[in-house]
Parts: sequence; structure tokens; C-alpha cells
Amino acid sequence: MDAVLENLPLLWGGFLRTLALLGIAGVGALILGTVVAAMRLSPVAPMRTVATVYTELLRNTPLTLVLLGFAVIVPNLGLAPAGLDSRGQFFVLASIGLTLYTSPFIAEAIRSGVNSIPVGQAEAARSIGLGFGQTLGEVILPQAIRMVIPPIVNVLIALTKNTSVAGGFFVVELIGASRGAINARGDEVVAILLSVAVFYLVVTIPLGRLQAFVEKRVAVLR
Amino acid sequence: MRFRTAGTVVALAAAGALILGGCTDSGAPAGDGGDGTTSEKVPYDEGTTMAELAEAGTITIGTKFAQPLFGLAGPDGVPVGFDIEIGKIIAGQLDIAPGDIKWVETVSQNREPFIQSGEVDLVIATYTINDDRKKVVSFAGPYYEAGQDILVPAGNPEGIDGPEWFADNPDKTVCSVSGSTSVTNIQEYTSNVLEAADYADCLDPIRNGQAVAVTTDNVILAGLADQSDGEFEVVNNPFTAEPYGIGLALEDTEFRMWINDVLEQSYEDGSWDAAWESTAGAVLDLPEPPAVDRY
Amino acid sequence: MSTVLYDVPGPRARRLARIVGVLIALVVAGALAWVIVSLALPRNGADGSPRPGYFDWSRWDIVNDRAFWRAVGSNYLNTLRMAGLGAVLAIVAGVLFSFGRTARTALVRVPTTIVLEFFRGMPVLLMMLFVLLVFSTGSYWAGVLALGLYNGAIIGEILRSGIAALPRGQREAGLTVGLTPLATRFLIEFPQAARNMLPIIIAQLVVLLKDTALAYVIAYDELLRLVPKLSNFYGDRYRLSIFLIVLVVYLATNLLLSWVARIVAARTGPGAGAPRIPKRGRIFRALRGREVSVAKVPDAGVGGGVAP
Repeated sequence: MDAVLENLPLLWGGFLRTLALLGIAGVGALILGTVVAAMRLSPVAPMRTVATVYTELLRNTPLTLVLLGFAVIVPNLGLAPAGLDSRGQFFVLASIGLTLYTSPFIAEAIRSGVNSIPVGQAEAARSIGLGFGQTLGEVILPQAIRMVIPPIVNVLIALTKNTSVAGGFFVVELIGASRGAINARGDEVVAILLSVAVFYLVVTIPLGRLQAFVEKRVAVLR
Repeated sequence: MRFRTAGTVVALAAAGALILGGCTDSGAPAGDGGDGTTSEKVPYDEGTTMAELAEAGTITIGTKFAQPLFGLAGPDGVPVGFDIEIGKIIAGQLDIAPGDIKWVETVSQNREPFIQSGEVDLVIATYTINDDRKKVVSFAGPYYEAGQDILVPAGNPEGIDGPEWFADNPDKTVCSVSGSTSVTNIQEYTSNVLEAADYADCLDPIRNGQAVAVTTDNVILAGLADQSDGEFEVVNNPFTAEPYGIGLALEDTEFRMWINDVLEQSYEDGSWDAAWESTAGAVLDLPEPPAVDRY
Repeated sequence: MSTVLYDVPGPRARRLARIVGVLIALVVAGALAWVIVSLALPRNGADGSPRPGYFDWSRWDIVNDRAFWRAVGSNYLNTLRMAGLGAVLAIVAGVLFSFGRTARTALVRVPTTIVLEFFRGMPVLLMMLFVLLVFSTGSYWAGVLALGLYNGAIIGEILRSGIAALPRGQREAGLTVGLTPLATRFLIEFPQAARNMLPIIIAQLVVLLKDTALAYVIAYDELLRLVPKLSNFYGDRYRLSIFLIVLVVYLATNLLLSWVARIVAARTGPGAGAPRIPKRGRIFRALRGREVSVAKVPDAGVGGGVAP
């Protein structure tokens, strides 16, 4: 146990970085995912195609490739964010990679939420003359939001755990920090891993409970 | 007991001869002692781990599979390198043929657990001896003393001569592997440390201008330099001492002392030299074998 | 639903769509071309010496080496072996978990829920290490158990939502004809839920396959491990090439599995029994509108991530 206390600053720093990745990538994915979902539903056919291709490509690509693209290929092309030191640069690149990877899952969640609204709602909106933007914005999305929260929370739980992949690309998040702790105190590997697990559970279990709570609240009796 | 005392006497005499007589015979033909069959047998008692292993005819050794010069596995999955040669020397003393050795890949998270659980009999994997680790495993050796060093682009454009350079240039980034002792050591000079998952990952940031150097044990750096077609070179100014030891079960003192005997014998009969020349010797000069630490 | 949101496009809308389409195509093609050319150009190494571009043959000539492909094949098989047994274990565990989670007695339900939440919240990497250290199994079994239990927990949740999404009448009918609650669950609710949720379950198995790459930490020789191993052996200049080859293999396997999932969904999903309406336009598709409460289904397919 003392191995954990000894390395607590290191582990805590890693935990904060994990939270930072989760926060930035979570918000970014929500925004980007909504945009992609809107594109998927839009009347302009090329936009639908772009959104579909984007979603299919990113959903079937392992996260490692996406992050590698941002950690190695982007700097190679000279596009690394300027004005930051190297660690800051890689943190930004990893955040962008995580955002891009998570966004199609959010888009799919929103889309399935929209699809679960009875067609009659959209038909009624159209029949009183509302346009595409108004139908979506005033009628469909407000109802869809309720349906959409449980799957989105699921995606965020997965994102929390996916931040550990960024540890392989120059970002010292929680699991990366634990490697340093294990190296310093090889005699208490299990204790250190347990503490890392606790850190993750502290984030994922409340999210899971939130999801269950919202699910019960929005259960639509059919 | 008689054997052990005799062995210690021989070892001391050999050490004395080494110190007085200068280098070991580095002119020994490379084939000599490579498989241990021409070496004198170091004796062991019945009922010890050595006897069990010899009886079983096989031994499980944990090693690195991705470490050029020390433990590198090719596409066929069989590792080659200096650590492997040391393993073969020890196995040879138990009459176990090199082909009968079972090699298991160990990484930093599973070295101690594998030894403790008996998953492996020995770990020979650029394994640095330190006191915390001695609480859970015991170490025979050291069989090689590495030192932390710095890898720079060929021609050393920044003029890096040692870790103090980073203390003087805090805005320059140095790269190392996340969670390794190398990171802790270089952090005494600078906090601008980029942590990668693997040593080879550090090369691209240097190419892209995000770091200026890589730091870790000099043998690992030598392997990287060798693999990079001359793009990088080692500064060759080691600033720490990293004794590589053979990890084994904590309580098995007999096995540990016996391995120490085997190592000392290999220093004097040329098999250690041969092991070096056939592996790391391709890139690095033949060093002096370190004195084993019998604690 | 999506087709009801707007009118069928008229001539002006179609022209606008074409213009936008051409613009998007130009932008995407331009960006792609720029990236490929930048990578293909020779560059300067760290020491200023000229190095070949990324598509230069000197970086790809290992594809002629039979030993290289044998290593790829053997590690790929290792990945599939772990994914296969892990998938079987995940399905079995998922079924058991779903039963436990929907049990009537709190004595079974509450502990199962706690265990499920625990498994869902833990990164797979950590679980693999735990199983290895605490139970001292070999690396293969540690990976299989960790993957099986983690994905089993998720599949259990999927099945539970599937059962909850069924019309309540199914369960009531079963109880009315005299079946015990357990028999009702097993004979009536569960088969329907499994059929409805099959595409999502298969998507989760795709995630399981991606997660086998995490087994490097327990020293299992799976596919992604080849990148550091072989680039250390053949030379640093091959790193990106090896990585791309390995990732193409993963991508192909995932796409194949997803395609299988789609076919299975079409054949056995909720709308499978309906008469086949010819796909003569989006209007027909809209008319078929099924109303499954998709929002109640946990969004599988995201999973624990893949680490290098």
C-alpha cells in the first residue's frame, strides 16, 4: 500500500491527464458527432455520403491507427500545433485523435435516437409547413435528446477507458503513470494496479449509474 | 558445503588472476565455450533446483524479444542476443541443449510476477538490479554493467555531451520510455522529458523536431543506432551504472550461488567473451565483465 | 424517418447538391493527394542525410520475405485464437449475467449488478494483468478470461435491454400458460431478445477482436506486437510499412465481421419476417418504418479500446 502512497503524486497527475483527455475529447466528440449526425440526415446527398463514409471508416479503424496517424504522420507533414512544448503538442494531437474516433459513435447514437421517434412526429411537422432545420430543431431533437442520453453515456464510459490507448503515444495518462510506479516499486505491482483500477472505477461507475438513472426516467411506456 | 567452498576459492583465485594478469583472453576463437560443452562443469547437489532442471531437461527463461543485441526475436519467434547466450551458458551447465530452452517474453510489468509465480525459472532481460526488486526476487550476477547514455543524430548537431547539457537547456526535449528508470534518472537534470511507449518510438519525434535526443541504457541505444542506418549515434558518456542481473526466486539461495559460480567461470574460460563477441560485439567493444555480487 | 424530414429535391436543390458534391470531392481529393505526396517525397533524416520517402521500395521490400509473412500469419492466428475463445466465453458469460441481472430475487440480482458494473468499468488492459497476476494462468488464458468477462458483462447488458424491450405481453402470456418465470425467460423472452440484439452482439465481438491487441502487456504474441518486434529485427525504416500492413489486416477482418453482422441482421432481425418490399426508392423504405426502442440499447461497438 505504501507503494501507492509513495507514488500518489505521479498517479494523481496521470489521473488528471486522463480526466483532461476525457473532458476535451468528450465535448469535442459531442459537438462533432452532432454535426455528423445532422449531415447524415441532411437533404444534400453529398453531405450524407461524406457523413456515411466518415462514420464507417472511423468505426472500423482501431483507435491505435487513428492515434498513430496523429502522433507520427501529422507532425511528419509539418502540422504539429505550434507554440507548445512537445508534450503539449502530443497531448493536443491525442485529444484530436480521440475526438475524431469517438465522434462517429456519438453520431450513430444520435441517429438511432432520431430514428426511434415515431415517423408521425416528422410527418406532422412537415404537414404544418416546417422546413428541415425547423423540423429537426423544434420537434425531433428535443424528443430525441431523452432517448439519446443512455447510449451517449455508454460512449463516454468507453472513452474513459480508451484514454489509456493515448498512453502509447507520448501522453502520460493514468496507465502510463502506473508504469513508472511499477518500475520504481516492483514489489507491489498488484497494489498499484488495484489503485489504478479504483481511479478508473471512480469515473466509470458514477457514469454507469447516471445512465441507469436516465434510462429509467425516460422509459417510454409503449 | 565442500563444493561451495572449493568453488568460492576457485572464483577468488580467478578474480585475483584477472586483476593481476590483465584482460581475459579476448583472442579466444568465437566457437569456444559458445555452447558450454567445453567448459568445466560447475557442480551442484541433489535436491536443488539445478538437479530438478537437469532432470527435466528443460528450463524456462524470460527474456526480451524486442531488444536489439541483447534479446531480439526474428520472425521465427526465437530470440537471439547476449542475454540469450548467457542463458545458454547456464543451461549448458545443466546439460540442457539450446534448443530445449523455453524462451518467454517478459516486459517490465510481468517480470517479478512471472518469477514469483514460477512461470519462468530465470529472467535474463536487461534486468537492472535494485533494492526494491530485491524484496521480491533475488539476483545472480551482475553479468554486465550498462550505463545510461544519450543518443543523438549523427554528427551531434546540438553538441550534447552529457545530461548536464539538458540542465543548461531546459527548453530542449529529451525522449525516453515511459515508466523506466531512465526517465527517473534524466528527470534529475530536466523536467522536459517526452515519454514514449517504446524506444524506437522516440526516433520520429527527433526527426520531426519535437525532441533532440533519446536517453536510456547504452546497450539499447547502440542497438537503435545500429538499426537506423547510421542516422543516429551514441554520445558515449555513460552517467549511471546499471548492473544487469539474472532474476530468480527470492528464497533459492543455492541456485543463485550456483549461477554466480557459473558466471565467474564463464568470465575466465572465455565463454562470456565469446557470447559478447557473437552478439553485442558487432556494435560495441568488449567490456570487462563485472564482479558478481554475492549478498 | 430521415426521408420524411424534407421533400424530394427539385431541380434547384439537385443542382445545389451537385455543386456541393463536386466541391467536397475536390477538397477531399486534394487533401488526400497532398498527404500522399508529402509522405512519398524523400525527406531529411535527423542528421540531415537524405532518406527515402515512405512509399519508396526500400521501405517495403520485406514483403518479398517469406519469413515476414509467416510471422504475420502466425501472430494473426494467435489473435484469432484468443478472440475466438474469448468470444465463446463472452457469449456464455453474457447469457448467465443477463439471467442474474434480471432475476426476481434481490439476492441474485444485486451481487450480479455489482459484479457487472465492476467489469464494465475496468479497462481491459488492467483486467488482463489482474487475471495473470492473481491467478497465475498463462498469458493466453489471462487474455481469454479478461476479454471474455469484460465483453460478457457488456453482452449481458445488451441482452437485458433486449429482454426489457420486448412487449410485456410475451412474458405475461408465458406465465399465463403455466410456465415458471425461469422457463418463460428461457423459452420465450430470451430467444427473441437474442435474435433482436444479434447485430449489436456481433458488433461487440468485433470490439473484442480489436481488444486482443492489448494482450501485449501479458506477453502474448498477437498481431500488433509484430510492429516493434519486426521493425527491431528488420530495421527502423520499415516501421511505418509494417504498421500499415498490420492495420490493413485488422481493418479487413473488422469490415468482414461487420458485413457478416449486417447480413445476419437483415436475415434474422426484427424486420426479417416481413414481406420483402422491393427497394425501389426511399419512400418505400420509409413506409416499412419499424418502431424499436433503440434508445434503450446500450451502444455496443465502442468497447475498451485498442492499445499498442
